Amino acid sequence: MNEIPRDLFYTKEHEWLRCEDGGIVTIGITDHAQAALGDLVYVELPEIGQDIDEAGEMAVVESVKAASDVYSPISGRVLTVNEELADVPEKINSDPYGDGWIVRMKPMNNIDESRLMSPDSYQQFINDLED
Amino acid sequence: MNSHVKSELIFDKSRNGRRAFAQAPNAVKASKIPSKLMRNDKPRLPEVSEPQTVRHFTRLSQLNFSIDTQFYPLGSCTMKHNPRACNALALLPEFAGRHPLGPISHGQGFMSCMFELQEMLKDVTGMKGVSLTPMAGAQGELAGVAMIKAYHEARGDHERTEIICPDAAHGTNPATAMMCGCQVVEVPTGPEGDIDFDALKLAVGPKTAGIMLTNPSTLGVFERRIKDVADLIHGAGGLLYYDGANLNAILGKVRPGDMDFDVIHMNLHKTFSTPHGGGGPGSGAVGVNDRLLPFMPIPIVGSKQVEGKTLYDWLSEDDLPQSIGRLSGFMGNAGVLLRAYVYMRMLGCDGMKRVSEFATLNANYLSSKLQEAGFELAFPARRASHEFIVTLKHEARSLNLTAMDFAKALLDKNYHAPTTYFPLLVPECLLIEPTETESKETLDNFVTAMIEIATAAKKGVEFKDAPYTMPVRRLDDVKAARQLDLAYQPE
Repeated sequence: MNEIPRDLFYTKEHEWLRCEDGGIVTIGITDHAQAALGDLVYVELPEIGQDIDEAGEMAVVESVKAASDVYSPISGRVLTVNEELADVPEKINSDPYGDGWIVRMKPMNNIDESRLMSPDSYQQFINDLED
Repeated sequence: MNSHVKSELIFDKSRNGRRAFAQAPNAVKASKIPSKLMRNDKPRLPEVSEPQTVRHFTRLSQLNFSIDTQFYPLGSCTMKHNPRACNALALLPEFAGRHPLGPISHGQGFMSCMFELQEMLKDVTGMKGVSLTPMAGAQGELAGVAMIKAYHEARGDHERTEIICPDAAHGTNPATAMMCGCQVVEVPTGPEGDIDFDALKLAVGPKTAGIMLTNPSTLGVFERRIKDVADLIHGAGGLLYYDGANLNAILGKVRPGDMDFDVIHMNLHKTFSTPHGGGGPGSGAVGVNDRLLPFMPIPIVGSKQVEGKTLYDWLSEDDLPQSIGRLSGFMGNAGVLLRAYVYMRMLGCDGMKRVSEFATLNANYLSSKLQEAGFELAFPARRASHEFIVTLKHEARSLNLTAMDFAKALLDKNYHAPTTYFPLLVPECLLIEPTETESKETLDNFVTAMIEIATAAKKGVEFKDAPYTMPVRRLDDVKAARQLDLAYQPE
């Protein structure tokens, strides 16, 4: 439970960010987030080419319990979105770090790692939340 | 549907040409509508006899879980007993048969009730004006925020477009703000359930149109710094909106007007006694202070003295030229308003206080008993208002017994489930509101049922398939959300 891959960055809003080749990043929500939300029934994706500010609303995920905004961990431009989520939102539940990715973005600036959380600090953050 | 009750639709009983109005004259022959305007195909309505109709709907009502049959501690919904006298008096033929377009002189009795209802609501909320016209809570909210906007715009203050909502707010609050063309600024909650005042200070500014608050909040606790919040918002030029969802907790004790709120909506169907919960007729009456009086929605009942007699009349656009407008054709849902009127008259001032005293007493009794029994309260340091939150996060982790499993298991114990997974801030939560109309025995029995479920789970009993005894078993809520199928389409 609560898988936290070592090669990703995390946010307090339970998003993850992976730095890919070519200076682009992939973003999704964490295992903890999908578990807390429960079975997802709907995902609203941003437009391709849309510019999003850091902490701006990037997507909306809706489960049987709640609708929740997904915030962008960085400022950047949306390159691609995971179109399959429109029909199969449960991919986020089954594979939050893989097939359940949400967007790929081109960052506006160099990524400031000090504004993101390491796997260890995210683990600590979740432990504190659950106590 | 894994149901053990065969659910026959009324359409399945339909037979061509069968009628329920055997005694009625033939409507078609008597019609003066030209034949070219008559429809040729039958409407898609079931053709059934009168006893078939009665049996069908009586049977459906027997399948229902309701406040008339079971304890219904559904937090934030105030599912209390509705005195039958309210129904009986609201249904007097002189009220029920009154035509809204009849001469105003023929409806002075009804109009006087509505006028007095406005006055009583002003009294109990501490506001300066009341309009009864919004048809439901959501429309009351819309009216409230529309008035806040109209106020700023009338002052030429066009930059105020932000509405602050705490993260514990009902979802309708930010939705209303968006509907009114405002941006929503969310403010977090502190560890004891109050609004995070430091974060609020940062959120307030020259763009602040107002703040929407529920007090006591959806977390079941009273906002202790309400005076500071009011001063801060007013100091910045914004207004305060009171969501009346939890009015039952403070009725006759504390008045939103005295807490410096500028506008409030009341769910009359909730706090003032109308059967509700099925999306039926409601009333979201709004109250305002001096600042917003000119902007109230119309119509409103006014009174004037003519030759020593009081005459009641509708106030319209002519009387309130700055009004945000008409929200319903007549005076909202007259039946709901009459029930509220009768209820308030029966309670009187003292009775009004008893409502909140017993609602609060019952909630605190129930929360202490559940805490003693080992359940974890979300805010153990705080006194409950009229409702409180139990978090089952430990049970969910150690016993794989989620709030949803617990809720479904309660149905088998013959209790309606409390509100689950709301507010969203608290993991695996049950929001429990016993209301003032329940006896100590009912509360004790409910505690026993809660303990029995927890004890059984500890012994390894699974509740993943509960309920077992209801007309329908565990529904697939995921499938229901992913494959919405709301309309019946006959073959």
